[in-house]
Amino acid sequence: MARIAGIDLPKNKRGVIGLTYIYGIGKSTAQKILLENSIDENIKVQDWDDDQIGLIRNTINAIKVEGALRSEIQLNIKRLMDIGCYRGVRHRAGLPLRGQRTKNNSRTRKGKRKTVANKKKATK
Amino acid sequence: MSRSLKKPPFVHYKLSLRVLAAQETGSKSVLKTWSRSSTITPDFVGLTIAVHNGNKFIPVYVTENMVGHKLGEFAPTRNFRGHGGNKKDKRR
Repeated sequence: MARIAGIDLPKNKRGVIGLTYIYGIGKSTAQKILLENSIDENIKVQDWDDDQIGLIRNTINAIKVEGALRSEIQLNIKRLMDIGCYRGVRHRAGLPLRGQRTKNNSRTRKGKRKTVANKKKATK
Repeated sequence: MSRSLKKPPFVHYKLSLRVLAAQETGSKSVLKTWSRSSTITPDFVGLTIAVHNGNKFIPVYVTENMVGHKLGEFAPTRNFRGHGGNKKDKRR
């Protein structure tokens, strides 16, 4: 069982892919980690021996992952909100920050559609 | 694309002169400016700058954290008060 950075890695995936289950490690970082320790990317997670796991652990210790990374991101957002700049205001309002249109779309930021009651039909 | 690093950050020339003068004399008077695109440099910290938003001047007190942002980011040009609804509830 390979347990790295507080995360259980999936056993029967290739090493590169397995490492991407850690928050903050994508494919390119995973490739770099394995290359640095000269471990073949295609070795499955369950086939790593203890030395290799130790090497990988050491490399990952130098990278900001999981909780530390999440809190850093939250702090960055909080800073923007505290200084009251445009991006901070948009974070508070839950709207896109980078000038995208909000007339329609931007559902990722705005969340599920909240339908407003229909306009009353003009009656004659 | 971000600005080339071989250049210094953009600050409106006359504004930078006024900021330096204000820091030197320690005067706390509000500096009016239209230059929304000027970057806030460490010289600005502690001053209050009135940034034009197209309608009026919004006073911005510059703190340490704001360095590196542009003045315009702190003076919103649009004022969205929310959609319709019950007008009595929404009065501000």
